Amino acid sequence: MKQILMEDYNVIVIGAGHAGCEAGLAAARMGEKTLMLSINLEAVAMMACNPSIGGTGKGHLVREIDALGGEMGINIDKTFIQSKMLNTAKGPAVHSLRAQADKVRYHEEMKKTIEKEKNLDLKQGEVIDLIVEEGQVRGVLLNTGAAYRAKAVIIATGTFLRGKIFIGEWSFFSGPNGLSASIELADNLKKHGIKLRRFKTGTPARILGSSLDYSKMKEQAGDEKIVPFSFMNDELECEQVSCWLTYTNNKTHQIIRDNFHRSALFGGQIEGIGPRYCPSIEDKVNRFSEKERHQTFIEPEGRSTDEMYIQGMSSSLPEDVQEAFYKTIPGLENAKISRPAYAIEYDCIDPFDLKINLESRQIKNLFCAGQFNGSSGYEEAAAQGLLAGINACLSINGKNPFVLDRSEAYIGVLIDDLVTKGTNEPYRIMTSRAEYRLVLRQDNADLRLTKRGHSLGLVNMERFAKFSTKTEQVEKEMKRLAETIVFPNQALRFMEKNVSTPLQNKISLADLLKRPEITYDKLADIDKDQPKISSHAKTQIEVQIKYEGYINKQIKQIERFKKLEGKIISQELDYSKIEGLRIEASQKLNQFKPLSLGQASRISGVSPADINVLLIYMERERRRGK
Amino acid sequence: MENTIAAIATAYGEGGIGIVKISGGKAKEILDQIFVGINDKPLRNRYLTFGHITDSDTGKIIDEALVSYMKGPKTYTTEDVVEINCHGSIISLRKTLELVLRKGAILAEPGEFTKRAFLNGRLDLVQAEAVIDLIRAKSDKSFEISINQLEGFLSKKVLDIRKMLLELLIKLAVNIDYPDEDIEELSYREVKKSLLQISDMIEILVSTAETGRLIQEGLAVSIIGKPNVGKSSLMNALLRESRAIVTEIPGTTRDTIEEFLSIKGIAIKLTDTAGIRNTEDTIEKIGIEKSKESFNKADLIIFVLDGSNELSKEDREIIEIIGKRKSLVLINKGDLEQKIDTKQIKKLIPEAKVIFTIATEGAGINAVEKEIEELVYGGKVRQGESMLVSNVRQKNLLEKAGLAIKEAIEQTEASMAMDFLEIDVKAAWELLGEIIGETFSENIIDEVFARFCLGK
Repeated sequence: MKQILMEDYNVIVIGAGHAGCEAGLAAARMGEKTLMLSINLEAVAMMACNPSIGGTGKGHLVREIDALGGEMGINIDKTFIQSKMLNTAKGPAVHSLRAQADKVRYHEEMKKTIEKEKNLDLKQGEVIDLIVEEGQVRGVLLNTGAAYRAKAVIIATGTFLRGKIFIGEWSFFSGPNGLSASIELADNLKKHGIKLRRFKTGTPARILGSSLDYSKMKEQAGDEKIVPFSFMNDELECEQVSCWLTYTNNKTHQIIRDNFHRSALFGGQIEGIGPRYCPSIEDKVNRFSEKERHQTFIEPEGRSTDEMYIQGMSSSLPEDVQEAFYKTIPGLENAKISRPAYAIEYDCIDPFDLKINLESRQIKNLFCAGQFNGSSGYEEAAAQGLLAGINACLSINGKNPFVLDRSEAYIGVLIDDLVTKGTNEPYRIMTSRAEYRLVLRQDNADLRLTKRGHSLGLVNMERFAKFSTKTEQVEKEMKRLAETIVFPNQALRFMEKNVSTPLQNKISLADLLKRPEITYDKLADIDKDQPKISSHAKTQIEVQIKYEGYINKQIKQIERFKKLEGKIISQELDYSKIEGLRIEASQKLNQFKPLSLGQASRISGVSPADINVLLIYMERERRRGK
Repeated sequence: MENTIAAIATAYGEGGIGIVKISGGKAKEILDQIFVGINDKPLRNRYLTFGHITDSDTGKIIDEALVSYMKGPKTYTTEDVVEINCHGSIISLRKTLELVLRKGAILAEPGEFTKRAFLNGRLDLVQAEAVIDLIRAKSDKSFEISINQLEGFLSKKVLDIRKMLLELLIKLAVNIDYPDEDIEELSYREVKKSLLQISDMIEILVSTAETGRLIQEGLAVSIIGKPNVGKSSLMNALLRESRAIVTEIPGTTRDTIEEFLSIKGIAIKLTDTAGIRNTEDTIEKIGIEKSKESFNKADLIIFVLDGSNELSKEDREIIEIIGKRKSLVLINKGDLEQKIDTKQIKKLIPEAKVIFTIATEGAGINAVEKEIEELVYGGKVRQGESMLVSNVRQKNLLEKAGLAIKEAIEQTEASMAMDFLEIDVKAAWELLGEIIGETFSENIIDEVFARFCLGK
C-alpha cells in the first residue's frame, strides 16, 4: 500500500484521552513539535465512565499533576458542578478532594486548551501501525495511508485497543461509548514484538433524571466551602448540583441471580481480568450474597444533559434484565435508560515490559501511558501521560529520565508499583499503597513538585511566581509564630471562647496552634500582627505545625529509603557476571535492569543479601574505574 | 546518616570475655546511656575504662565491663566505634546487646561491619571479595535457621498476632480509602480493645523470650546411645538431680528430654535422646526420629556405651552416624564386668576422647565436665553464633512491634485520626513479618477487596 509522507514531528501521541492530553500538552510545553491523534475528536478528554475527578489517592494525583504544570486540575476547576473534600474527619494526609464534572464541558475545555497550545496539533485519524527502524520508533502510519515521522511516540490507547463491548449474550468490537475500536494497531503492535494481554472494565447505565423520583433518595450536596484542585485558583464560585443516594434490595438481587447465566461475565465470553475494586453489580451479588443491599449514587453527567450516572451498578447483563433490575431500586421505578450498562475488554501490555521512565523495553523512544499500561482511572492515566510526555522529550534530547520516587509523589508510587511489582488487574491508586503518606499530602503537592516542574519547563511564570510567594509567606509566618509569645493572662478570654484549657505558662503561637481546637484564623483574635496570606499558605502552616512530630518521624524514614534510591545502577550491567548473586536474583535483575539499588530491592526474588552483594560490587567497580 | 549498628563480635566459647561492638554516629551517645564508669571517670578516646553496664530503665547492673571508645575515622569501619568487653557469659552478652539495641542501635546484618569498612574505603579490592563471601555464607546460614524456627512455637504465636493485626489493618484501610462506602465506621473503642489484646500477646512473647523458652541458647549437647546404656543416668549425674525417668526396661525414655545447665560457666542445652534402635513401637519411633533431629543440631555429641556388653551392631551404626562430628565416648557401667573392646572403639572413632564412667554413682562425671570445658575454651567446639544472632534479632523485633502497638494505643487515647494510628499498626505488622520472613503489604489490599464489597 502506498504511504503518503506527511509533516515531521518530534513527538506523536496516539490517543487523546486523559493520558494522551497530558502527554501531548507536556511535550508541546517542553518545546517539542507535537501531534496528537485520536480516532474521533469527540473522544478528547472523554469521561467514558464516572462523571467525577478525584477521590482518595486520586485527588492526590490530580494535585501532583497540577503542581508539575499539568492540565487536569485546571480543567476540572473550570468545569466542576459539585465539590467535596472527603475524609475530613481523618488526618490531613488522607483528606481527598473530589469534584463532579460536567462531562461535555470537561471535554470542550480540554479540547480548547489543546487547540490553543503552541507547538501542538490535534488531528482525527486512526493509527494502524508504528514505523520502527533498527529497534527505534520513527513514526506512525494511519489507515488513510498518511505516514508521520517522529523522534518519539507515546501510546495512550485506553480501552480502544481491540476494544470489545459485552451486553448479555451480545458482543461486538467497539471502543467506549460507541466509538470505533482500534483493531489493526493491536495486530501490528504484536508484530513489533510487543506482548499484549486482555483487561476488562465496565460502566453502568445512564438514566434520564426526569424519570427519577428523588423523594425516595437521600440528597448528597457539595461542600459549602469549595476547595479548588488547582494551585492557580484561590477561590471558586459555583452553583452546585446534588448527587443522590439509594439502595438495591432483595428484588434487585433476585432478578440478577435469576439471570446470572445470561451475564457475559459468568457466561465465560469475557477473558479479560477486571478490577476487584470496581465489580459489576452481578459480581457483587454473587460474591457478597449475604449483603442485603448495595448502595448506589445517582450522579449528574452535566448541566446540558438530563442523563444521570448510576454509580456502583455496572453490569454486563442483557438490556431486558437491566431494565428490570434498575427499576426495582427506590426512586428508579420509572427509570428511562438512555445508555445501557456494558462491560468492555481491551488490549494492554504487562507493565513489566516498561522501564521506570515508561519507555518500552523492546522499542526505543516508544513511551506508554494510561490504561494501555494496565492501570484504570482518569487520574492514574493523566499522571502517567504527563510523565510519559516529559520523558519522551528528555529522551529525544539525550537527557536523563525524570523519575519521581515513592517518597516524592503518589505518581512515583503508581509508576513504581506498575513497572516493579506489575499488576494482575487494572491498577487503582490507594492511599494505603503509599509508604510515606504523611509527607505525600494533597495540601503540599506544590511544595513537593512545582520546582521540579519549573526546571523541566512545564511550570509557567505565573505559577512559579505565585508558588514563590507562597513558600516565602509560609516560611516567614512559621518563624514568626514560633517566636511570638502569648502570656496566660493575655489569652484568658481567647481560651474560654474556644473551649480550650487555660494556659499555665507562656507559650508560642506555634505551640498554641498545635491544640486541635485552635485554627490559624482563630489565632487572629490574640495575634494583632497576623499578616494577610493566601488560603494555600494558611493550610500549609496549620498542617506543618499541628503534625510536626509525625511528619518528622516520616522524614527520617525517607532519608533511609533515599540512600538506596540514590544509588544508580548502570543499564549495561550484566548481572549474571556478578559472583555471589543467586541465580534467581541475577535472572530477575537482568530482566528488569533496575535504575537504582532501591528499585532492585523491591523486585520480588531479590533478597537483602543480594542487594548487599550488588552494593559491594558497585563500590568495587567504582574504585576500579578511578 | 547511616544507622548505628551493634553485634556480639566474639565467637562464644573462645575465651573468658565477650565483646559487644557498636559502630556509627550514635555509638558514644548509646554508651553514655548504659555505662557508668568506676568513680565516675569520664570516657577518653582510645582508652579502656572500667565500670558497669547498667540498665537505666530498671537501675539494674548487667555486668562489669571494660569499655573502649574509638572516635572515627581511624577505626575499622571509619565510624565511631565502641567496644564493650563483658564477661564471657552468654547471658550478660545478650543482655548488653539488647540494651544497646533498645537505646537506638540496629542489629548488624551478617558481615555488616566489614561491609561498612569496605564501603567507607578501609579495605582494598581483594578483601572486598571476601566480604561478598561472608555476607553470602552468613545470610544463608541465618536464613536456614530462621526457616528452622518457622515450625516452632514462636512462629505460631507470631502468626496469630499478625492475623489479628491484619484484621485491624483491613478495617482501617477500608475506612481510609473508601469513605463513601456503605461500611460501618470503626470506633476508637473497638480499635483500642484489639490493640490492648495484641499488646498483651506481644508482651507475653517477649517475657517468654526472657526465660529462655524462646531463646534456646547454649552449647547444644546431645547424649546418644542405644537403649539402656545409662544415658538418663548420665543426664541425671550431670544435673545432679533426678529428672529423667530411669528404669531397667529398654526404651523408657521415649521422648527427648532437654535440660539447661551450666558447666564451668558454659551454658549448655543438654538433650537426652531416646535410645536409637530398630523398633516397631510407633511412639518409640517418634522418639527416635526426634533423637535424630536433636542429634543433627548438636554442637557436641556424647556417645554412651555399655561397658559390660560387647560392641553391638547398633553401636556400630551409631558410630557411623556420628562420622566426623565432634564427640565424646563414654564407656559406662564401669562397676560391672567389662566386656567391651576399648582398642576397637578408638580405632573406629579415633578423634573422640574416651572416658570411663559409672553414671549411677556419679563417677567419671568430673572428667566429662573437664573435657567439655577444654573443648569449648580450646575453641574446638562452638555454638552456632548465627542462632544467637537470630534470637536476639527476634526479640528485638518483638520489642519494637510492642512499642509500635503502645504508640497506637496512646493515639486512640488522644483520639488521633485513624490514619495516624494505622501507620503504627502497619509498622508492628511489618516488624512481626520480619521474624517469619513475610513483609509484603499487598496482601492487606487483597484482603480488603476479598472482604468488603467496594466499587464505583
